[in-house]
Amino acid sequence: MNTKNIMIVGVGGQGSLLASRILGAAAMNAGYDVKVSEVHGMSQRGGSVVTYVRYGESVASPVICEGEADVILSFEKLEAARWLPYLKIGGTIVTNVQQINPMPVIIGAASYPDEIVEKIKALCVDIIAEDAQAMAKEAGSEKAANVALIGLASHVLGFDRNVLRAAVEACVPAKAKEVNLRAFDKAQEKIG
Amino acid sequence: MKKIMLGNEAVARGLYEAGVHFISSYPGTPSTEITEFAAKYDEMYAEWAPNEKVAFEAAYGAAIGGGRAFCAMKHVGLNVAADPLFVSGYTGINGGFVIGVADDPGMHSSQNEQDSRHYAIAAKLPMVEPCDSRECKEFAAMAYEYSEKFDTPFILRLTTRVSHSSAPVELCERKNVPVRDYEKNIAKNVMMPANAKKRHVVVEEHLRQLTEFAYDCPFNKIEKNDTTLGIITAGNCYNYAKEVFGEGASYLKLGLVNPLSEKLIREFCRGLEQIIVIEELDSVIEDFVRKLGYDVVGKNVLPNIGEFSQDLLRKYLLGEEADSSMIADEIPPRPPVLCPGCPHRGTFYTLKKLGVTVYGDIGCYTLGAVAPLGAMDTTLCMGASISALHGFNKVRGEEGKSVAVIGDSTFMHSGMTGLVNIVYNGGFSTVLILDNSITGMTGHQENPLTGKTLKGDAAPYISLEDICAALGVAREHIRVVDPADMKLLETTIKEELESDVPSVIICRRPCALLKGVERKPALSVDTDKCRGCKSCMKIGCPAISMIETEKGKKAVVDPAMCVGCGLCESMCAFDAFVK
Ligand SMILES: Cc1ncc(C[n+]2csc(CCOP(=O)(O)OP(=O)(O)O)c2C)c(N)n1
Ligand code: SF4
Ligand code: SF4
Repeated sequence: MNTKNIMIVGVGGQGSLLASRILGAAAMNAGYDVKVSEVHGMSQRGGSVVTYVRYGESVASPVICEGEADVILSFEKLEAARWLPYLKIGGTIVTNVQQINPMPVIIGAASYPDEIVEKIKALCVDIIAEDAQAMAKEAGSEKAANVALIGLASHVLGFDRNVLRAAVEACVPAKAKEVNLRAFDKAQEKIG
Repeated sequence: MKKIMLGNEAVARGLYEAGVHFISSYPGTPSTEITEFAAKYDEMYAEWAPNEKVAFEAAYGAAIGGGRAFCAMKHVGLNVAADPLFVSGYTGINGGFVIGVADDPGMHSSQNEQDSRHYAIAAKLPMVEPCDSRECKEFAAMAYEYSEKFDTPFILRLTTRVSHSSAPVELCERKNVPVRDYEKNIAKNVMMPANAKKRHVVVEEHLRQLTEFAYDCPFNKIEKNDTTLGIITAGNCYNYAKEVFGEGASYLKLGLVNPLSEKLIREFCRGLEQIIVIEELDSVIEDFVRKLGYDVVGKNVLPNIGEFSQDLLRKYLLGEEADSSMIADEIPPRPPVLCPGCPHRGTFYTLKKLGVTVYGDIGCYTLGAVAPLGAMDTTLCMGASISALHGFNKVRGEEGKSVAVIGDSTFMHSGMTGLVNIVYNGGFSTVLILDNSITGMTGHQENPLTGKTLKGDAAPYISLEDICAALGVAREHIRVVDPADMKLLETTIKEELESDVPSVIICRRPCALLKGVERKPALSVDTDKCRGCKSCMKIGCPAISMIETEKGKKAVVDPAMCVGCGLCESMCAFDAFVK
């Protein structure tokens, strides 16, 4: 099998590390070689963060480059647009519709592009845009938005549903397990 | 058993399996997690030292004492520890000694992009470089065996991508390695000229032996494929090269990056028509190969700035560009910012308001340089704020219009000597110590002032006020202020700027992200009172934005982000912020 490339993009502090660990665990449990590359440090203070998950028979590089991502999981709309060039032609973006203004927008030095999802769609890119926060809230906690996003993408991530669900179960803190599994199931049902 | 491990976690596992006894480090991205993970093993002693030189020397002492010892630091940390590094090869060790140093190509979290391999060459020490988590564990563990065999410290070089990437690692048991006997040996361990002259000869002999070892050591690997293209590489660059060239090239993957073996390289190059040397940052391997007379492709084509990737290799070596799409809009950047409720925010707003020159330092508070605060003039390296301000004021006489700002961890790292210099040499600069009770920037590590050790045990209380007093600052000019009280902070700074003796203002309030720091309910804006004056926007809190409403421009607070610190409230002249 060719290496599958999944990018997780968002804003520092949104929980993308946990999402990448879930996907990493799923890949290993499904018997694949896997590499996950994270960013720590400066970029975490509310900056743009990106995490790479690559799995397959044998994975060499830990990073994903322009035009290589099969799936981009995005926690925030602007970040989906920022990393769009990394999507492979024919790949899928699954994005949360949340808007978090970066500091240059807040102080009026730049503006937040409007209708990002529509503009991406217009490029004939396969994009799923949902309110992951709302789904997570419905499941019991907004904090499970990252897991809801994984649920929304479950059909394009290349894993068996049970493998993915088991990885969620294994990676989230024990006390948040039920909420997260509910968020995962709800999101997955939505996508069918 | 297999486990997915971060490169840094795998290094810690390697230390554990090698039976390491003693670890002393100072945090620094991307090296920090090695020591944090190592601290989770009860069998190993692990501590945070106040700086890298102390960490290095503590680990060196443990190794001389017969234990297997380790210290970790980021690339610039090795500058701080360079003094003992250069001599440690002369005395050699007793128990194995490995120094972990993590470079940051691409400067994800650093002030420069130096290549630590130059240190190995200059200090004449062996250096190994793993390419992934599996090798992180193996190389770290193996380095102890050879450190003891060659009686020399080994440097383990990492880069951000290796440190912060995860991959499956096979776990083994811990080796039970007893602490070796210690015998006093003045000729070997006391480096004064007469002894050092003899030991330099030993260093050269070790280097000769290690060069022989480099020919067939277990760190290096040749992968022969049916082709006349050969790639010489090391570390993560090997992975990028494999991604691009696959079996279309033969590989000499160097795990021991110093010293290099002429014999091995000549053997690899025999029969090849083209040789490419792929290495991030400087042309260290390439220079060596060129000296042997080979015409290679290297830095004549590839950059010596920034991080590599498969994409970069495709572009520079094959002229291929990726296919991708993009929307037409300009995408605003998303730089890191001080957190909502950050104690540093009030300090920098006040400094900006006062219009003083700010000699800055390294930590979360370096973000005080970012708009809209923009209240910093210089940042060089850890500790430089205080010492550099002294020089600035001696030539300009601007003691009344300038301050240094330095964090608590940074002050303990290398700020104290700068303060002594001001006192000793009759300076009267004003120093602000931003005491947020933690080493924030690197992900919240304890330090000598936080009252806790790396392992979470209680540590003796060390008083910052007493340290400053002991360094010669008069008690009445050591002021302690809560930076959330911006009015008091402003008058205090003004008073101390006017004084003609050295002064220290300790801005004390814990980091907003610390456990136990109270998160108050979010504020909201009364839109009838808000006049859209944007005063509150001057503090740069990411939780506040201005939006267009039917009643005109109004401030709004994002309740998910706001921690209720109240700073915006004190900016507003119309009492528009409500609890
Ligand atoms: C020589 C050196 N070692 C380590 C680092 C990494 N580093 C950057 S800032 C910092 C400490 C910050 O702590 P503190 O001074 O308490 O400020 P805070 O981030 O908490 O505001 C460290 C360890 C560095 N830049 N240089
Ligand atoms: S981590 Fe703490 S010190 Fe650093 S920016 Fe956030 S609140 Fe401020
Ligand atoms: S109270 Fe004001 S300044 Fe403090 S976090 Fe909330 S919005 Fe930001």
